Amino acid sequence: MRATLRVAAILGLLLLLAVPWMPTVVYPVFVMKLFCMALFACAYGLLLGFGGMMSFGHAAFFGGAAYLTGVATKHWGLPTELGLVVGMASAALLGLVIGGLAIRRQGIYLAMITLALAQMVYFIFLQAPFTGAEDGMQNIPRGSLLGVIDLRSDVAMYYLVMTLTALGLWIIHRVVHSPFGHVIVAIREHEPRAVSLGYPVARYKLMLFVLSAALSGLAGSLKALVFGLAALTDVHWHLSGDVVLMALLGGMHTVFGPAVGAALVVGLQFYLDALGGWVTLITGIVFMVCVLSFRKGIVGTLIELAERRAARGAADAVRGSGSATLQNRESSI
Amino acid sequence: MSEVLGMPLPVLAGQTVLGLVNGCFYAVLSLGLAVIFGMLKIVNFAHGAFFMLGGFGAWMLLTYVGGNYWLALILVPLIVGALGGVFERSFIRRLYGLDPIYGLLLTFGLVLALEGGFRVAYGTSGKPFPVPEALRGVFDMGFMVMPLYRIWVIVAALLACLGTWWLIERTRLGAMLRAATEKPALTQSFGIDVPRMLTLTYAGGVALAAFAGVLAAPILHVNSGMGSNLVIIVFAIVVIGGMGSVLGSIVTALGLGVIEALTKVFYSEASTTVIFVVMALVLLLRPNGLFGREGAA
Repeated sequence: MRATLRVAAILGLLLLLAVPWMPTVVYPVFVMKLFCMALFACAYGLLLGFGGMMSFGHAAFFGGAAYLTGVATKHWGLPTELGLVVGMASAALLGLVIGGLAIRRQGIYLAMITLALAQMVYFIFLQAPFTGAEDGMQNIPRGSLLGVIDLRSDVAMYYLVMTLTALGLWIIHRVVHSPFGHVIVAIREHEPRAVSLGYPVARYKLMLFVLSAALSGLAGSLKALVFGLAALTDVHWHLSGDVVLMALLGGMHTVFGPAVGAALVVGLQFYLDALGGWVTLITGIVFMVCVLSFRKGIVGTLIELAERRAARGAADAVRGSGSATLQNRESSI
Repeated sequence: MSEVLGMPLPVLAGQTVLGLVNGCFYAVLSLGLAVIFGMLKIVNFAHGAFFMLGGFGAWMLLTYVGGNYWLALILVPLIVGALGGVFERSFIRRLYGLDPIYGLLLTFGLVLALEGGFRVAYGTSGKPFPVPEALRGVFDMGFMVMPLYRIWVIVAALLACLGTWWLIERTRLGAMLRAATEKPALTQSFGIDVPRMLTLTYAGGVALAAFAGVLAAPILHVNSGMGSNLVIIVFAIVVIGGMGSVLGSIVTALGLGVIEALTKVFYSEASTTVIFVVMALVLLLRPNGLFGREGAA
């Protein structure tokens, strides 16, 4: 089982590495978009699946960073690396403000507050002179990496996006398995107890929120560079809804499941793009079906199946040794 | 001509009335949202979509059937309310007892489905809707003239709000509703059909939204996106006012409508964001909302 998984992972990695060399088979720009959205979805999963906080305004961080990276590279003439840093930093700052306000309430109120504040960000970008309003900010230069590698080539850009996405996912993985992550789990599972143990709960929640916002910002900045475009759709609540759907499809209670959801949602939108309103209609129906009968999501279901199999295997082993109490304990997990 | 803060009085008064009109829509919508939330513990994201259905329903009634505005004002909320009831029975019902987040997500999916559906069928451009004959004139108040229809909207919306308040606080049905909100199991044991109360509540709240949609049809052009931007503002208002008190949410909604309109006069760039700024301030100073109860969050 483990060995097959490892082989599959290596094969998948090799395939992804090969993508820019076969543009006739897969369109590399499409895969770059997939990377950006997968990173965005996992950054969101860090907050929702791991932290248990549902934000309904994550487009503000994604789109805000996209615009700010555009401003930095196009108007200020900063190099690409600094443009990415500016985008991420602005998203983190925005996360500090929005998160700081939103974590004063919980649950659905948190969702409503983030949605409202993200809508405010949308209106600000709609009116700001540099965003080009309905046309979006166009011709954002890709520039070059460290002044050496020209990013105008799709091949170089592809490997940059892939590397940074992997880096982002690795950071998320590290956060989840850090002592900080354990405290977050404690807060998620039983907040009053975490408070009574002396943890500064609000500060931990805010840190997770800012982390999630910053990584969402990285995804948005990369997207702006790939397409040379930051548009109002990047800050619109539709995108906030899309990332929720990605999380729901992939597994709301998992951290990396949303990446699977991202692949599905981006694929759906890519192939149905010409149909206009139908995409929204279909997205809505998928949403409702998932909420009603597929709440665990794809990865959540897979994990459950694997656990059930493991529990059954353990139970068989125990039955062999004749201990009934242990068997009960195992199967109740 | 008299002036206040450098603005001529008629301009200020005119904007205030406009603000009151918007505030009335906010009030009717946030009232329905609060009633549904109180009873079903679900945030009805689709409230704006039902508002849009109200507007479109009125337009369809006029265009296809040849009915008039007054018929629409009565019939459309009933039809949309019935649709809402069916939606509650067949879908929302399955989510009771789960994390309330799922209710929000389900109704969000409904928003996308309805908006997408109407966009496919009718495009994105607004459909003009005539003001009914009887309300076409203007009313001269001495210092300013006001379109009759705006006055009618304010009167009708306030009547709807007061009617809802009276229904909840002063009737036997309302008493049962409040009982079912506080202690559903106990209420059920008295022989009151709580599941039916849930359906009725959802249908009622949704019908209110549709009523507002019909009222708004001659002012806003009827289009598929008319509800969703509104519902986000209404969310902010609900966060500001708290969902605990009926009169509290009406007052908050009207007040914010006026604030928004006056911002348009003095600093128009901020008029789209002012309500969200107020929400941020309230969260800083009174995290539970102006009329919220401790721990109700």
